[in-house]
Amino acid sequence: MHRILYKETLGPDVTLYRLYAPDVAAYRKPGQFVLIRICDEGERIPITLADVDRDEGSITLIIQSVGKTTLKLAQMEVGDSIPDIAGPLGKATHIEKVGHVLCVGGGIGTAPLYPVAKGMKDIGNKVTSILGARSENLLILEDRMRAVSDKVVITTDDGSKGKKGLVTDAISELVEQGEKFDQCICMGPPIMMKFVCLLTKKLGIPTVVSLNPIMVDGTGMCGGCRVTVGGKTKFACVDGPEFDGHEVDFDEMMARLNTYKIDERISLDRYSDETGCRLEASLKGGAK
Amino acid sequence: MKPAERLKIPPTSMPEQDPKERIHNVREVPLGYTPEMAMVEAQRCLQCKTPFCIEGCPVGIDIPGFIRAIEQGDFSEGVRVLKQKNLLPAVCGRVCPQEEQCQAVCVIGKAKKDPTKAVMIGKLEMFLADWEREQGELAIPPEVKKTGKKVAVVGGGPAGLTVAGDLIKYGHDVTVYEAFHKAGGVLVYGIPEFRLPKAIVQSEVDYLEKLGVKFRYNFIVGKTAPVAKIVDENDAVFIGTGAGLPRFMRVEGENLLGVLSANEYLTRANLMKAYSFPQSDTPIAKGRTVITVGGGNVAMDCARTALRMGAERSLIVYRRAEKQMPARLEEVHHAKEEGVEFHLLNNPVRLIGNDKGWITGAELIRMELGKPDASGRRRPIAIEGSEYVMETDILIVAIGNSPNPLVPSSYPELDVTSWGGVIVNEVTGQTSVPGVFAGGDIVLGAATVILAMGHGRRAARAMNLYLSSGRWTDLEDGLELCRAEVR
Repeated sequence: MHRILYKETLGPDVTLYRLYAPDVAAYRKPGQFVLIRICDEGERIPITLADVDRDEGSITLIIQSVGKTTLKLAQMEVGDSIPDIAGPLGKATHIEKVGHVLCVGGGIGTAPLYPVAKGMKDIGNKVTSILGARSENLLILEDRMRAVSDKVVITTDDGSKGKKGLVTDAISELVEQGEKFDQCICMGPPIMMKFVCLLTKKLGIPTVVSLNPIMVDGTGMCGGCRVTVGGKTKFACVDGPEFDGHEVDFDEMMARLNTYKIDERISLDRYSDETGCRLEASLKGGAK
Repeated sequence: MKPAERLKIPPTSMPEQDPKERIHNVREVPLGYTPEMAMVEAQRCLQCKTPFCIEGCPVGIDIPGFIRAIEQGDFSEGVRVLKQKNLLPAVCGRVCPQEEQCQAVCVIGKAKKDPTKAVMIGKLEMFLADWEREQGELAIPPEVKKTGKKVAVVGGGPAGLTVAGDLIKYGHDVTVYEAFHKAGGVLVYGIPEFRLPKAIVQSEVDYLEKLGVKFRYNFIVGKTAPVAKIVDENDAVFIGTGAGLPRFMRVEGENLLGVLSANEYLTRANLMKAYSFPQSDTPIAKGRTVITVGGGNVAMDCARTALRMGAERSLIVYRRAEKQMPARLEEVHHAKEEGVEFHLLNNPVRLIGNDKGWITGAELIRMELGKPDASGRRRPIAIEGSEYVMETDILIVAIGNSPNPLVPSSYPELDVTSWGGVIVNEVTGQTSVPGVFAGGDIVLGAATVILAMGHGRRAARAMNLYLSSGRWTDLEDGLELCRAEVR
């Protein structure tokens, strides 16, 4: 069993958990993920690792509640345990000294981005980070990202913090100001990654993205996480989760994420009706 | 009873759930023999002086021995004989392709010119195993002297469980590393509940735990810890990570929504219990029409699962004819009874989707059979210009699996074939790395549960000799020596 050692609400529906999982912590490298199952009849969901603490034998996960499993997890408290954490899975990020690295994080995507940015900084790169969110209260890990970045630009859709606009606007602006980037690492909602990649391709900046498609086993066995990269089918769980963003077929990937949309809704509504727990997004009428 | 009288007894059919009823539940299809039925069926065995059936069994069960005990009504003696060679009889009685093994060479079957009329060896095996389980507590053998040797078994499927069960009985300290949250491998993620109830697999795993086998779940060797670390920390290692790499057809449209591998479909349905969604949390793709591509047991499992998930039409599309289908006869028979439609000599060339990316149909091409190919089966040849579209909501690709590359790719010391199978000595299961053995589908590619168990059994014997003698080169000769001494 994996005890919750620490829990902190970072924003609406966004929670940081530190869980006891010494086996996972022992050999984990930045960029890797875990599959968690929170109860006996539970589903397996992939979550990218935000951090580990080997002395404590713990892992840090930052999870946005979007469905039944993640909402139910958010109701659990310090001292509670979840039965299954499998990992670390996937390939590690290729961290090397390239010069100037641009880290782009959107919403919850900043969580998996942080260890990569830290790795890039530690090895001697100059790091510029752009953190985007719909609104100020959805921005996470700003302090941590500042600690590993030479420069941080914040953008929000509603202008509640930083520049009003999208991360792509900020990238264009930096480039116009004469910044030269040798590498871009982008993690966030698929639609954001798609547009960042379209832009960086035009600008000639090699870009790595981290994908989070539907998975069951995470060991290459089910093929549910198929993505087309450079015209070839890859399994995100074992060939990824990071890929050359300029080669990823984002439209196909976004469509595939909708495979179980109706079932996910049924499951969430049923849970909300039974327990009275609802997503903050739905309380504000933000969800359909 | 005289042989002529025995020959006259007709095969005892096993009662089954009615097909119309069973497609609405996931309960097991065969209902089992009563003791009376089993004793009648046992009378059909001629107790041959040279029992070919034993040679036909990959683990060499004393088949006439356990059948004789059943005939005499001494079921506990039957169990004892059975379990000398087979640790998982409840599983094998249900999933072995008996008509290609023990029953294929049975003299009764030969006399009747039909292996399905042979002595129902598999059903008798299932009867004994179930009888034992229903007696309650399984007897735990007396504790053996510990050798102090540590063994890691990587993968808790049929091969790994067999190795674990054998080596713990030799007194070694055994730990099974399992990637999933449950042990059993294909027995729990792949083979459906209605064919192999998961409670049966669990009771076998519980039994191993009682014998002292330790299980580490959610532990992916090669990821959670390097393979080299597991090898260094143990006196011997067995790799039985199975054939968990699904093959796809490589046709246009294969990444459309509603196109899944058999592994994904079955894992959702079985291990993750999607059949009880939304009581369980894992959903499964549903549709009115479901096409399954393939002709093996896995394809039959998918097509029959689809019916239980509410499909109105469940179709098998297979590129060869019925005679060439690798599935067990019983699975094909059950599928037909349940209303699965067989579209044989057809092959998908393209999958068609709508503007949302969901599959709407498959373009199929008709095939004809040519001369036999390398597998000995007649090669299917496409009939040009015969393409047509068959509408479907879901398409499941069940055309086979390759060895799981996770362990070999993270441990280059291990020699593998061009298709990814771990190379072993066939007698001992020794790999290219001293102290490391392998067996089952990671060696064979996708084969059967019983062949994996046969591998496990042979490897366990060799591992035991290696652990006690420290000898690695010519280990095979040492085994021969042991056998000679016994004689």
